[in-house]
Amino acid sequence: MAVDLLTRTVRGLGGRLVRLVLLLAAVATASFALMVHSPVDPVDAYVGGDLAAIGPEQRAQIAERWGLDDPPLERFATWLGNVVQGDLGRSLSFNQPVTEVIGERFLPSLALMATAWVLSGLFGFGLGVLAGTRQGRFADRAVCWWAYTLASAPTFWVGLLLLYVFSVSLGWTPVCCAVPVGVLADDVTLLDRLHHLVLPALTLSVVGVAPVVLHTRQAVIEALASDHVAFARAQGESTRGVVVHSVLRNAAAPAVLLQFASLGELFGGSVLAEQVFSYPGLGAATTTAALGQDVPLLLGIALFTTVFVFVGNQLGDLVHARLDPRVARETAGAR
Amino acid sequence: MTALLEVRGLEVDFVQYERGLRRRTVHALTGMDLTVAAGEVVALVGASGAGKSLLAHAVLGLLPPNAVERGEVLLDGELLDAAGRRRHAGRGMTLLPQAVSFLDPVRPVGRQVRRSAELAGHPAPRRAAAEALARRGLGPEVLRRHPHELSGGMARRVLGAMATMSNPRVLLADEPTTGLPPADVRTTLGGFRAMADDGGAVVLITHELRAALDVADRVVICRDGRTVDVADPAGFSGDGAALAHPYTRALWQALPGNGFSVAEGV
Repeated sequence: MAVDLLTRTVRGLGGRLVRLVLLLAAVATASFALMVHSPVDPVDAYVGGDLAAIGPEQRAQIAERWGLDDPPLERFATWLGNVVQGDLGRSLSFNQPVTEVIGERFLPSLALMATAWVLSGLFGFGLGVLAGTRQGRFADRAVCWWAYTLASAPTFWVGLLLLYVFSVSLGWTPVCCAVPVGVLADDVTLLDRLHHLVLPALTLSVVGVAPVVLHTRQAVIEALASDHVAFARAQGESTRGVVVHSVLRNAAAPAVLLQFASLGELFGGSVLAEQVFSYPGLGAATTTAALGQDVPLLLGIALFTTVFVFVGNQLGDLVHARLDPRVARETAGAR
Repeated sequence: MTALLEVRGLEVDFVQYERGLRRRTVHALTGMDLTVAAGEVVALVGASGAGKSLLAHAVLGLLPPNAVERGEVLLDGELLDAAGRRRHAGRGMTLLPQAVSFLDPVRPVGRQVRRSAELAGHPAPRRAAAEALARRGLGPEVLRRHPHELSGGMARRVLGAMATMSNPRVLLADEPTTGLPPADVRTTLGGFRAMADDGGAVVLITHELRAALDVADRVVICRDGRTVDVADPAGFSGDGAALAHPYTRALWQALPGNGFSVAEGV
């Protein structure tokens, strides 16, 4: 039994790894093709403001040294070979290896996204259950109205509003950055970091909360109308008992799946939120890379977010299967 | 002898909205009468869609909010509205549902039966659940399974264990034998007879008229949301000449072995 479980786990993990490698190969190919056909001239981007200072011979030298005159397929093979060895190249805008930039920048982003993710998941699920159990009543209408409003509000706009209210008018939260300005890195306390994290995380969670609310509400309404709830009521279960014993788990499965599947949007939101709050995470680095035509960093971030989103989706699958055994059996049968 | 459950002229409408705000009322039940006394099994027979299951749900106060209900339902001689009846659900009166869909798909069977035992007030619900399943021939391995891992017959037995956990005085059994092999049908129906003989009242909702005749004290025939006849089981013999109502007779004559004939215009 235990051995069987182990082999099944290993085989499942192996299958997922193969899928990840295939996905990465596809993303790498597509990103590289986009880059080759983009109007960005790598030499111009590298030289930047000193464009006038160098002549055509020097340009040709740089191009030759970088292998820009080689056929695209050959360049792709060289790049892919380096990527496989863990060398993603050097970021032009940060003047650091891409892996280092991503490594440094991902941690603050992870703190931000994890906080926002947990907040939106818990709030969204709670509000969805509230709205679903009070369908058609005032609480339901208020929650729905709020969710629709948030669903249609862009991240950066919500961020600006919150910044205006809490940082500018009330002065409760800092206006920018992940740490206090002008303080030595060693003197920054955890409290400082949390203080700077609150508003960006709130912005990001506020935007991610609406889909969870609406899907949970629908799942709760469906569960409440289902046969097994009628049977629970026929046995004398109270409404509260019905929600706790017969509805929560049914409603949690879609909410969890949705929350894990939303990691892509979460990252997209963090690009905007980090920009508004000048929060030095991976999202802000993406903006910098895009504006600075920093192709190696952009490619690196594309690959990295692929892994990030893929892992999120796989985790969602696993947790969903734990919550709803019918799914577990279907995936086991499909393997 | 007062009736444990009495239904007088029960009507149920459903209000629906279609295409925006156009209101439509569906008359689902248009006049149901039913009386069950302690010690009785009453069979409620009719074609699919005649409103048999709906009657059971209405009696337990389980109708959705868009249902409008008229008529009287008395429990132990006491007139109760839907909310009042829902308070009695699980306390003296319960439903034995028909299909596996009445089990929660995401919780293991053991936990669901244990919850039934908790609701029924058993001091040791875990043990009570295991024992109730064991009495129905289901071993402890069933406790860990989920409803989709049960066969149809096993699901019926689990539902039966849950429904009778509180030793209800009134049991509304909704199609409890559909799809079961004949031997299981006899066991199930025999169980209802024994419940009634112990002083309970059983409403046996079924469209298997012939099997119901073995255990029923009376047969209530319903059609298109209303009860049309109350017949003595003894009348269902031969060509049904002893049956007073033409629809009852037609129902009997339509059975295989009774001519299989479909009467026109009844």
